[in-house]
Amino acid sequence: MARTVTLTLLAWVLASAIGLTVAAFRVSPVPPLRVAGATYVETVRNTPLTVLMVFFFFGLPKVGLLYSAYVTAVVVLGGYTGAFVAETVRAGINSVGKGQAEAARSLGLTFPQVLRIVILPQALRTVVAPLGNLFIALTKNSSVAAAISVLELSETADRLNNETARAIPVFLGAAFFYLVLTIPSGWAVGWLERKVAIKR
Amino acid sequence: MTGVVLADELGPRARRRVRIASVAAGVVLLALVAVALARLESKDQLEWEKWEPFTQWGVWRFLLQGLRQTLQVAAAAMVLALSVGMLLALGRLARNGPVRWVTGAFVEFFRGVPLLLLIFFTYIGLPRYGVNISGFWRIVLALFVYNAAVLAEIFRAGILSLDRGQSEAASAIGLPYWGAMRLVILPQAIRRMVPALVSQVITLLKDTSLAYIVSFQELLRHGKLNGEFFRNPLQSYFVVALMFIAINFTLSRLARRLETRQRRRYSAGAMAVSGVEDLAVVQAQGDSPTK
Repeated sequence: MARTVTLTLLAWVLASAIGLTVAAFRVSPVPPLRVAGATYVETVRNTPLTVLMVFFFFGLPKVGLLYSAYVTAVVVLGGYTGAFVAETVRAGINSVGKGQAEAARSLGLTFPQVLRIVILPQALRTVVAPLGNLFIALTKNSSVAAAISVLELSETADRLNNETARAIPVFLGAAFFYLVLTIPSGWAVGWLERKVAIKR
Repeated sequence: MTGVVLADELGPRARRRVRIASVAAGVVLLALVAVALARLESKDQLEWEKWEPFTQWGVWRFLLQGLRQTLQVAAAAMVLALSVGMLLALGRLARNGPVRWVTGAFVEFFRGVPLLLLIFFTYIGLPRYGVNISGFWRIVLALFVYNAAVLAEIFRAGILSLDRGQSEAASAIGLPYWGAMRLVILPQAIRRMVPALVSQVITLLKDTSLAYIVSFQELLRHGKLNGEFFRNPLQSYFVVALMFIAINFTLSRLARRLETRQRRRYSAGAMAVSGVEDLAVVQAQGDSPTK
């Protein structure tokens, strides 16, 4: 369970970084960056996480990049969730009134400044709830790391089941742990949303 | 494109800057691609020998068999999940307390648990308790239960997104509860939910690849076997990924088309979250972007 939590948190940090960068790419005035961002999002979002997981786990060693299964899991989960974060943040950016960007520009701010100082703070507050949902989904998705035998909650449950042959208590227990993680996360998101979100 | 939102008509100087940045970004991106290709080349991953199997019909037939399993599982699970999800949604909105409570607990439980855990349970756990159903149906069972819970929430959101006046008007002309539901509420709600439903189909299709982990013979497993047989795992997974992308990309295009059409037709929009553009879709997908 500790492994599930650390896996989720590390992947979330990576996903946020990727998501913000790619979202900024997709709204930037520079066409090649927009194309690159869009390609990334469309490719990753339309590929099953399991496929990405095994592709990188079995594929990277073939090109001489050797990482542990754990690191691969963090990178793949982060990259996958990052594409969804990017789309969510972009939706948030689009929801900020056009006047905000115009006003910021007329103050003489450059594009990165407009984005960082004026648009993003407002955009992020609008999308607190969807981002929270992504976090919860990521918690559950971390179970896919079992595909490359990272010993997280689901894989552990599976092995325990193989040893004890008592499927119902083992899997119910694992399910309980996931619920312990996801349901309070849901409450936390709700609280955060009430606290900072802007209703539009 | 959305660049319009943040940058309007550019002046000559800004245009020059953008042009320079474009060239710089283009060079960097191409350099990255070149580095990746060089890496693949230096490890002999681009050799024709590794790709050659994909010119054989037998290889494609094998992969397509896997794809057929994937599609069959997805279709069976979706059909079941749609009907049961609808019942669950109606249950959660029912006036009867215990019914609401039971369906609510069911939905929350199965939505909060990773699908993979359910697959472990139905695929590996159930036979131990003497439940004898084929592997195909054990996978379908897990996908179906999970998606029924997710769809129930989509249906519920769709029904609640309708203006209250609709149900009030329906009861004012003397329709009983179920009559109003069937004749007035559901036809409108379902139309609004179509884009979210299509995104859920994509998610479901991607989720079927989880069955790979329990060695069920679907597309990804066939890709792996192929990779082991020809010793070209990288290339095999690549082709499998392309097959998934081709199908899902088409579906997500369809979802977007349906959504824009709908937004044009009803000013209220397709389950749009009060003015936040495409947030509804993001949420529908964000809720469950499992794989």
